[in-house]
Amino acid sequence: MAGIYIHIPFCKKACHYCNFHFSTSLKSIDAVVQSIKTEISKQSSYLKEPVTTIYFGGGTPSILNTSLLESILAKLESHFSLATEEITLECNPDDITFEKLAEWNRLGINRLSIGVQSFHEHHLTWMNRSHNAEQSINSIKWAQKAGFENLTIDLIFGFAGLSKTELKENLRVVQKYAIPHLSVYGMTIEPKTALGHQTKTGQYLPLPEAEANAQMLMIMEELDRQGYEQYEISNYAMPKKRALHNSNYWQGATYLGLGPGAHSFNGTSRHWNIANNQKYIKLIQQGQPVYEVEQLSTIDRYNEYVMIRLRTIEGINLDQIENLFPAYFNYFIQNIRPFIGKHVQKTESSYRLTQKGKFITDLITSAVFKVNRESD
Amino acid sequence: MHPMKNIRNFCVIAHIDHGKSTLSDRLLEMTSTISAREMQNQALDDMDLERERGITIKSHAIQIKYAHSDGETYTLNLIDTPGHVDFSYEVSRSIAACEGALLLVDASQGIQAQTISNLYLAIEHDLEIIPILNKVDMESAMIEDVSDQIVDLIGCDPEEILQASGKTGQGVQEILDAIVLRIPAPQGDPQAPLQALIFDSMFNPFRGVIAYFRIFNGTINTGDRVRFVNAGKEYEANEIGILKMKEEPCKSLGTGNVGYIITGIKESKEIKVGDTITHAERPCSKSIKGFEDVKPMVFAGIFPIDNEDYEDLRDSLEKLQLNDASLVFEPETSAALGFGFRCGFLGMLHLEIIQERLSREFDQEVITTIPNVSYYAHTTAGENFMIHTPNDLPDVSALNYVEEPYIEAQIITKPEYIGTIMNLCLDKRGVLTKQHYLTQDRVELTFDLPLAEIVFDFYDKLKSISRGYASFDYAPTEYRRSQLVKLDIKLNGESVDALSALVHKDKAYAFGRRICSRLKTLLPRQQFVIAIQAAVGAKIIARETISALRKDVTAKCYGGDISRKRKLLEKQKKGKKKMRQIGSVEVPQKAFLEVLKLE
Ligand code: SF4
Repeated sequence: MAGIYIHIPFCKKACHYCNFHFSTSLKSIDAVVQSIKTEISKQSSYLKEPVTTIYFGGGTPSILNTSLLESILAKLESHFSLATEEITLECNPDDITFEKLAEWNRLGINRLSIGVQSFHEHHLTWMNRSHNAEQSINSIKWAQKAGFENLTIDLIFGFAGLSKTELKENLRVVQKYAIPHLSVYGMTIEPKTALGHQTKTGQYLPLPEAEANAQMLMIMEELDRQGYEQYEISNYAMPKKRALHNSNYWQGATYLGLGPGAHSFNGTSRHWNIANNQKYIKLIQQGQPVYEVEQLSTIDRYNEYVMIRLRTIEGINLDQIENLFPAYFNYFIQNIRPFIGKHVQKTESSYRLTQKGKFITDLITSAVFKVNRESD
Repeated sequence: MHPMKNIRNFCVIAHIDHGKSTLSDRLLEMTSTISAREMQNQALDDMDLERERGITIKSHAIQIKYAHSDGETYTLNLIDTPGHVDFSYEVSRSIAACEGALLLVDASQGIQAQTISNLYLAIEHDLEIIPILNKVDMESAMIEDVSDQIVDLIGCDPEEILQASGKTGQGVQEILDAIVLRIPAPQGDPQAPLQALIFDSMFNPFRGVIAYFRIFNGTINTGDRVRFVNAGKEYEANEIGILKMKEEPCKSLGTGNVGYIITGIKESKEIKVGDTITHAERPCSKSIKGFEDVKPMVFAGIFPIDNEDYEDLRDSLEKLQLNDASLVFEPETSAALGFGFRCGFLGMLHLEIIQERLSREFDQEVITTIPNVSYYAHTTAGENFMIHTPNDLPDVSALNYVEEPYIEAQIITKPEYIGTIMNLCLDKRGVLTKQHYLTQDRVELTFDLPLAEIVFDFYDKLKSISRGYASFDYAPTEYRRSQLVKLDIKLNGESVDALSALVHKDKAYAFGRRICSRLKTLLPRQQFVIAIQAAVGAKIIARETISALRKDVTAKCYGGDISRKRKLLEKQKKGKKKMRQIGSVEVPQKAFLEVLKLE
């Protein structure tokens, strides 16, 4: 199994918190798509296994008109051996119409990821989202009506304008529409974003940590009650509704990223495309490589393994550590030890985060990280 | 060889920034001792550090040939003096090598404490003083006021004060003439046994230690067998010579002259400033008076940031010691910081200079522990010994009493700052012993102060409360009985030896509180609560708590996030590696470096 990720770096509006690679100048959509298609033909031998998942991310891929989407899929079809079980399209509620839904259906897109973020008007305004609350609700209703059973929405918590009641209401809407999959993210204040700037200048006062944690706890408890499984720190699924594409990332499967800023992984190295639309177009035109490569050392792979796996419900598997990274087995055991009990639950075969541990995932991760020049 | 009557030996007394270096350059330039092409600004300060700070740390000497209008050529030996409080002994030896001094005062700033104490030293040594108002071209120059100050201070005629500007070159000619006319020629007996004063030394990696001397009696020749009287050692004078921009070897140097000697000595410890050079065969009957074996006054631990750099640090300290004999060190081990050295310094500036030179010249970043002065401990068993580190303080039960060093501190300031400066010094356990108006606008305050109290904070505070209008100088006086306690800092119950300090009993509370609250801002939160405590013996006198870290989780970790996130966490982890583990608590290097800084 292997995955293909296609980055569509365009958005109608810049959300205040967002540090993804995107452009709000839509002029070069055609040129970027054209370049992506060229890149597809060049990278056709990158993946050694059949492609089981395709993911259109962004930016806002729902901005693309159907013919462009179709042309990308056709190009993929002709250059890869496809055995797709899941084709996901990220969309913003304001792009969703019955017409588009029908067309996406026709193209074989079988999963939609809708950027809802909140069902409250004032949150959307504050975030500078391109849609309103009514569109958020409608997009879900319509998608379900159009037969998109496989649906996920993004929600954000942990920002200053979100009250406990409002969060509860958001989760109630989720329940009402029986949305099978959710990605719930804590608001992250990134530098070089509008929100980052507001924070620096004191215009925005971040939600106190204790309250953000209370919200996270509430989400975990409420979604558990609703029958979701928190199969990754930020991802919740009803039984059998996990995202295949993303799960593959966490299983260490290979993937090819296409488009400006996209990342790829072939098992031993990662590469990432230049995150600049114009430069990307130009390099493709000139037949130049658009990416930088990083060869992963054993240490790098060990670090990635513990980093990614700790976030998942399966946790870190002892046998895997022993087999894949025998040199670091003892190091891992020693360094995870202080967390066992309160933050990490140890079973026969694995180490998994406890409810408390999930709040300090990064701290635990960096504790078991191996860095050079360390005497162990 | 030049007749003695045509030699003039002089130094320049000036406060930092009063333009000594620039004016010295002008003297060299005008007499073609140095060509404009060779001219680096501030030719006499050849260490980077000195140039930047504008202070001469180690003195040098340079010979100037000057053709005076009387038709004769004179040899003018300019002997440079270090410009900081910590080096007062070295200053006194440079002064002892001269017959005259240029008193250089910035016309816009007036006289400062440092200038005054050095001036008194010069007057004590009967030097002829040539007062010079410098920077008279500046708009802010207060020529009359500052002239009055000078007249008050040395009792000269106003007409004797020269006016100059190092920047424009104004007055430089007059200065050269005044040196010839006013400063007496050296006296001494060329036939008497050799008697020369070492006023400075320097380490040269290729040639060993070079000693600078001034001959009071007799003659020295290359190849002579010489004895360093106080050190009690004999050597061969492999090379002697005079000091131009570079050393210039010569066969023989006579009474009144200034020169250098190379004997093959490899360690600067063997050459002591203030020592007397004489002949082994025909020694002088007594050494030149005023010799002192300078003892370090301030001690602190210096530790490598990375334990692996311990040997490198030792090498670097040894190299520094080669040209700075006043630096002493011995190995020290700390549970918190690993292997390092207990180092002794002349004072706080000396400590800072060493720290900076380690960083600049040897690329060694170090952690310096809380400095302390050296105390004298008397035990109940009747023993007495010096204490250089908190851990050496005997147990209360074994301790009879402790003595601590005192200083006489001179502060010159404007009258409006007397009140705040008094408060500062009182707070530092000081007693005002003298208040003296130099002019209407300049007052000199003399305090009796424990040296320990100026070890940290004092300069900075003095500067800030006086808005820079206070200058400071001190001289050690005596050891006196004191009430000393050892203050321990504990993290979750574990003592951090590197943060222990010796403090006066009355200061323990304030100091303990300050360290605790400072640490609170410097320690990162961890997954558990951290208790910071200050303790004297078993008694906790201050406490702070750092709450547990409760949230540290990245929102997204998909295909495109993996590399970035891994690197971010790796970086964090590397930062952690720079931390020291105290029990279960991780302490960043920064905490040790910054714990004493003012908020
Ligand atoms: S729509 Fe998505 S990608 Fe675009 S700015 Fe908003 S959050 Fe970022």
